[in-house]
Amino acid sequence: MLAETIETRPEQLSGERNSPDPSLESASSCTPLARNDPLLVRWGLTAAALLVLGLLVIVPLVHVFVQAFGDGVLAYWRSLVDDRDTRHAILLTLTVAPIAVLVNLIFGVAASWAIARFRFPGRTLLITLIDLPFSVSPVVAGLAFVLLFGLQGYFGPWLRDHGLKVVFATPGLVLATSFVTFPFVARELIPVMEVIGPDEELAALSLGANGWQMFWRVTLPNIKWGVLYGVILCNARAMGEFGAVYVVSGHVAGRTDTMPLRVEKLFQEYNSPSSFAVASVLTLLALVTLVAKVGLERKVR
Amino acid sequence: MSITIKDLTKRFGSFQALENVSLEVRDGELLALLGPSGSGKTTLLRIIAGLETADSGSVLHRGEEVTHRSARDRNVGFVFQHYALFRHMTVFENVAFGLRVRKTPDARVRQRVGELLHLIRLDGYGRRLPSELSGGQRQRVALARALAAEPRVLLLDEPFGALDAKVRQELRQWLRRLHDELHVTSVFVTHDQEEAFEVADRVAVLRGGRIEQVGSPQEVFDLPANPFIMDFLGNVNVFHGRVRNGRAVLGGMELDYPDHPHDEARPLTVYIRPHELEIDLATADDAGPKARVLHVNPAGPVARVRVRDEDSDTDIYVDLGLQRFTELKLRPGDWVRVSPRRIRVFEPEYVI
Repeated sequence: MLAETIETRPEQLSGERNSPDPSLESASSCTPLARNDPLLVRWGLTAAALLVLGLLVIVPLVHVFVQAFGDGVLAYWRSLVDDRDTRHAILLTLTVAPIAVLVNLIFGVAASWAIARFRFPGRTLLITLIDLPFSVSPVVAGLAFVLLFGLQGYFGPWLRDHGLKVVFATPGLVLATSFVTFPFVARELIPVMEVIGPDEELAALSLGANGWQMFWRVTLPNIKWGVLYGVILCNARAMGEFGAVYVVSGHVAGRTDTMPLRVEKLFQEYNSPSSFAVASVLTLLALVTLVAKVGLERKVR
Repeated sequence: MSITIKDLTKRFGSFQALENVSLEVRDGELLALLGPSGSGKTTLLRIIAGLETADSGSVLHRGEEVTHRSARDRNVGFVFQHYALFRHMTVFENVAFGLRVRKTPDARVRQRVGELLHLIRLDGYGRRLPSELSGGQRQRVALARALAAEPRVLLLDEPFGALDAKVRQELRQWLRRLHDELHVTSVFVTHDQEEAFEVADRVAVLRGGRIEQVGSPQEVFDLPANPFIMDFLGNVNVFHGRVRNGRAVLGGMELDYPDHPHDEARPLTVYIRPHELEIDLATADDAGPKARVLHVNPAGPVARVRVRDEDSDTDIYVDLGLQRFTELKLRPGDWVRVSPRRIRVFEPEYVI
């Protein structure tokens, strides 16, 4: 004969789940702290880091500006404004980069939303493909576009018959730039959306919102800083892109030269002051981006 | 508004979340879906709301088919376990959301939100952000937001699950009073049987994607349909014994069992709640089966006593009224005799 007792107390179980896990706390307190290291190690490491940073980043950057202003401010201004091709290059970069950013903004938001919210066949493939432009050499990407849309390419004859020009024209530049800057917005947003979770969106739907209302009133305000951050990084890369654009542009001065291409061409022509002047504008744009990025990081935190 | 659920089935991959679930929620009642985690209660609630689609079966609101309608066309209010307040909006705009998306005039929005903030006792909190509120306040805002557009049904998913014990207690009493005022048909999910019994008009117990029993709290507690519910609804002692000639022998206990007057013995499993057992003092010299007190815990509304049945060497849990406990002056090591006031026997589950 046997008697046994079963005890079930859901409220006790849930109470246990809510209490913090003591093992986690003890783990973090064991982490060695840098400030306990010997003085020599700390100073040594800091000095080494500063030395490398100075040699590789600060000296070259300063040098760009020194060279650019070598002949005085007036010559600097002239080399930027008076040269028709340089003017065009600056304008072209300021056209191509925003279009590429816009394309990737739309794609990035859509892709990250799909990846964070749904489980669908091909999801892992999509995540991998988004990263592809990081690993493929930009020159290869540019070449692929030439092979696809060039006159000898698959779509080349069809495009020519319809009077459209992609390669060696602005659309090609936009395509190549978009490809290279593809991952920035999506990569930035996927983790943000996963952390926020679907509950607020579901709440909006249950309260009677349609898809648009949900997106504009709930999803977008929640991810806006992530979007902006992704856009800034994407824009920095789009303006500076050289390899892919070099291949698809055909390097036609005054027509398909962007700023990085113009810098290279002026340099090859031994026109150092002008070359450095354009380079300094690119650098300035990069510095503005950097400041915006740091400001945003503060804001997000 | 009444809700009728017919033969709902839902699978997630190989996991059967719901299996042929049918349920009727009556107009104006407050129904609890009670079950352990993984029993399908949240899935059922989400299907009623339209936030999840069923593989087969149908959902009817007041006899009208809504199975394939989206959440926004069903006019339900949904309260999430973790509030799901819009973190970038003020309390006012959170509550106003359901009205704004329906293009309600501004004056009406202000009036309605004012009423609701008063109802949830958060007047003057309209300009705060959700992050500036306590957990209980956030859940009240979530409730007001769900009520703003005057839904025909209110659905709550473990509404008090993320709150601490005292706030949870207050909020569930408040929810009950609120429901008595508003009479909106409501369904809430919980894994806490005490919460279900305290708040709900009727309780549906789920297990493994099936509804095991539906009834008033008293019906379910007093007449549980099977051993699972018996066990789930609170502590229970399980005795395995034999019955013969109208007498059952269970470990150290013997009692009348008129349902089996036959000569051949039959195995019997009996379920007895701790408060349905009686304790009498005995001495070491007494003949017959007896038990020994192992542990007493008189802190609380009843004294919880654990005794060891010497015959079968297993523990029995007994809840005694404090008065009776004082009378007996029980101490660990005392000899006692345990007898049931009431027993429950379920049809045996045959194992092949």
